[in-house]
Amino acid sequence: MIYIKKDMCKGCGLCIEFCPVNILKFSEDLNEKGVYPPEVTDINKCIECENCMIYCPDFAIFLEKGGVKNEK
Amino acid sequence: MLKDIEHPLQKYIRPGTNYTTCPGCGNGILAQSTLRAIKNLELDFDNIVFVSGIGCAGWIPSPSFNTDVLHVTHGRAIAYATGVKLTNPKLKVVVFSGDGDLSAIGGNHFIHAARRNIDLTVICVNNRIYGMTSGQAAPTTPKNSKTTTTPYGNMENTFDLSDLAKSAGATFVARWTTYHARQLTKSIAKAIDKKGFSFIEAISQCPVHYGKVIGMRNDAPSMMKEFKSKSIHINKIDSLSNESSDDKIIVGELVNENEKAELTDLMQSLRTEVGTDG
Repeated sequence: MIYIKKDMCKGCGLCIEFCPVNILKFSEDLNEKGVYPPEVTDINKCIECENCMIYCPDFAIFLEKGGVKNEK
Repeated sequence: MLKDIEHPLQKYIRPGTNYTTCPGCGNGILAQSTLRAIKNLELDFDNIVFVSGIGCAGWIPSPSFNTDVLHVTHGRAIAYATGVKLTNPKLKVVVFSGDGDLSAIGGNHFIHAARRNIDLTVICVNNRIYGMTSGQAAPTTPKNSKTTTTPYGNMENTFDLSDLAKSAGATFVARWTTYHARQLTKSIAKAIDKKGFSFIEAISQCPVHYGKVIGMRNDAPSMMKEFKSKSIHINKIDSLSNESSDDKIIVGELVNENEKAELTDLMQSLRTEVGTDG
């Protein structure tokens, strides 16, 4: 499960660029910083590589391992 | 839902602070790598002291890391860290410094700390320019590279900080880029664990002030992909000819020596010997 703290995002696009299965894209809603944060297109394709979390400079995206079954 | 789930490294972040770096800055990646290394080592965060100087890299531990952080004068981070370590050798002392802070303003502190082999971990965020003051040429700027102050290309030679630390006598030296965040995490863990002077050089991107002069304005992904294509591991360096290795970034653990005489140990044995201990 990928969690995105939208208002912490600065819109650098690193998570989108380094996602190996390309399931992140810029969303169409501005956040409070005035940038477009990422959104997940298809969580079922996520391989839990943690690239999005590791490369995020703003601690804005992170994931909880265990697949979509853990969704609360 | 989001309020219940926290970032895995949230417990290390001082409540109420957030990163004020520019979009795409490598500082946040370095901060995560360091915190993840500390988490993997299962160290008590309260027994670690961070010292940082002036510059963008100074804002990595200060004020965001929820432990003791010294944010000190320009170039003098290692001098303060030496004092902290000698006063209380039980503490782990980690220095965050930018390339300008470490090699230009505080160059002497850097080489002498390595010569003394004092048990510090120095992490240099090398973005290859003076980022905070809008991108002037630094001692680490690649030759012929454009910056704000060298619009026709930098004519000066470049400082190789890892080689400098190596020849000054550091026990552990590793160089990675922000693209190699996973390897960086492992090397930082080794550096903190190792007794003696450990130096980590992390080549980082400055998409705002360096990116604007090399045609990658605000484009952190492209800068990091360039790191990927330009870096070559130390084990594979023999297969390169001298000419083609000029613009390459040699990454890997360049020095990993056995532990040797360390300053705080020597100081402690001297105290015992002359009877001033306690």
